[in-house]
Amino acid sequence: MKDPKTLTPTLSRKREREECGMAALPPLPSRGEGRGEGLRGFPAFTLALILLALALLLLGTSIGSTGFDSVLAARHDPTALQIVWDIRLPRTLGAWVAGALLGLAGAVAQGLFRNPLADPYLLGSASGASLAMALALAVLGVSPFATAWLVRVGLTGAAFAGAVGGVLLTLALANGVQHTLRLLLAGVIVGVVLGAGKDLVTLAIPDILSAMQGFNLGSTGFVGWTACLLMLAVWAVCTTVAWLLGPVLDGLTLGEATAASLGLPLPRMRAALIGVLALATGTAVAQTGMIAFVGLAAPHVARSLVKTTHSRLMLLASLTGGVLLLAADILARWLTAPQELPVGVLTAVLGGSYLLWRMHKRSGGVL
Amino acid sequence: MKFFALALCLMAVSAHALQVTDDRGSTVQFAQTPQRIVSLLPSLTESVCALEQCARLVGVDRYSNFPASVRALPKVGGGLDPNIEAIVALHPDVVLLATASRASARLEALGLKVVALEPKTHADVQRVLVTLGQLLAVNDAERIWRGIDAGVSAAAQSLPARVKNTRVYFEVNAAPYAAGTTSFIGETLTRLGVQNVIPAALGPFPKLNPEFVVRANPDLIMVGDRSSIGMAQRPGWGSIRAIREQRVCSFKPEQSDALVRPGPRMAEAARAMAACLREKAP
Repeated sequence: MKDPKTLTPTLSRKREREECGMAALPPLPSRGEGRGEGLRGFPAFTLALILLALALLLLGTSIGSTGFDSVLAARHDPTALQIVWDIRLPRTLGAWVAGALLGLAGAVAQGLFRNPLADPYLLGSASGASLAMALALAVLGVSPFATAWLVRVGLTGAAFAGAVGGVLLTLALANGVQHTLRLLLAGVIVGVVLGAGKDLVTLAIPDILSAMQGFNLGSTGFVGWTACLLMLAVWAVCTTVAWLLGPVLDGLTLGEATAASLGLPLPRMRAALIGVLALATGTAVAQTGMIAFVGLAAPHVARSLVKTTHSRLMLLASLTGGVLLLAADILARWLTAPQELPVGVLTAVLGGSYLLWRMHKRSGGVL
Repeated sequence: MKFFALALCLMAVSAHALQVTDDRGSTVQFAQTPQRIVSLLPSLTESVCALEQCARLVGVDRYSNFPASVRALPKVGGGLDPNIEAIVALHPDVVLLATASRASARLEALGLKVVALEPKTHADVQRVLVTLGQLLAVNDAERIWRGIDAGVSAAAQSLPARVKNTRVYFEVNAAPYAAGTTSFIGETLTRLGVQNVIPAALGPFPKLNPEFVVRANPDLIMVGDRSSIGMAQRPGWGSIRAIREQRVCSFKPEQSDALVRPGPRMAEAARAMAACLREKAP
């Protein structure tokens, strides 16, 4: 860092962070050490996370309402086979994809806002989704001729529209995507206002209270094949776009001015990244409700595994999120079978204890 | 003089002493029978009215909606978030509320008498009626209870023998939470002589793995109107016998109130369930 060429961006980066009042991110690895470590660690961790996910998938299909119930036993029993194929497999896979979507969205949010506290629900998508859900439940309850099929699609559709609507409202309040602080502030305000709206609706129609509670705690219990495939498709698109736009986030780590001077078309790419954030979050929230903590914890866990560039970090965070939510879901239905714990509680316990352990080991080091 | 005052005091207390021990275990003293009542729990509102003391209610919580006469009363917020000021302004002689309400301490500090009652089971309904009867000086509380109880028995007797072994799943809400054997609803199902697919060990309202219901394969499903939405579309649920053979009763919101509130309308709830069983049971 004594080289004057590297000194300037470091200083400007520091100044900009201080101006924004943000906590410091771990420094971007310089080309020599970081890339090398990243190159060594990345394939290994990616492979490990994929293998772990596959192992959990197998375990997940073996955990049913009676506790451990080997998937192999289902070969002889048609009911068990149907339960495994129609319920457990889509739900297990769905938990992984939802976690992967949230992990990806979390990494995008933290990179975009250069803030380790950013999470996927930051831009008003969560409160937008829950307000839309509350309104949909209130309206659908009184409409007698809405067919059940339409209603099922309607609820997830409404939640998705609400999530996207919340983000659009935030963007409108922030006058577009150019000012990080404005975006953050607008996101918080929209979150509070829409959340209050949801509270008013539930207060006026207390019948929907229990359904809203289910939505707020999140559940993968009712993810079927359609939802699963939809989430997989969205995940594929979002991961590809995020991978391609990773260099923008690397550039942004050096500060907006430097990134612009590197010739990165910031406005368009930032808009695209916010699109990824909104789409990934909205899809996950619509299908599984508001699962807490995965989006916040997964990028930190990924970062604690390996220091690398944003493209790889986002992929790793996504895979970590998948493993985290899947593991939490398996525990949620195993611990008190045939009862279930709210999955959001367990994501916090699992991810949180891992992060605490890492912090303890590093004795105060920034994650 | 001092002794005389004390004796007078004691005499006054023994003359009108009315002591009620509530579900928190605290004993509340009343100099005379309370005339102005605020109720913050719908089942307690219904119990007061079942004792024919509806006229003494001066305020209710926003969820109390039965009998129709209470809808005209001032609403003083919800049981968990009551408007303390509005309650005090009504000058009640007693405030009836649930034990979980945080309002008790605040109201007592403001000098109001609070009786916290939390009915959860059939036996609780009887106990609450008797306690309220004592509090409101209604002598035939036991008789009113016997009438309600006889109504449940009559609903059970109205069922044909074929219904007896029907395996029922009662869904409280779509999380899915079920009504267990030990819940108020579960007790009514037991009185009706049908089987609950939820084992007693799971407690009153377990949050189930949806797969459990598919495996339990109930003959008949009872559910509130709102939760019934999209039930057949849940993954794997199409194969449940009750859904395959369309043996699903969805109760209207007014009926649901009677079904889920542990109160004097339990005979009405039993009749609604019995009607469902007569119509839909295999």
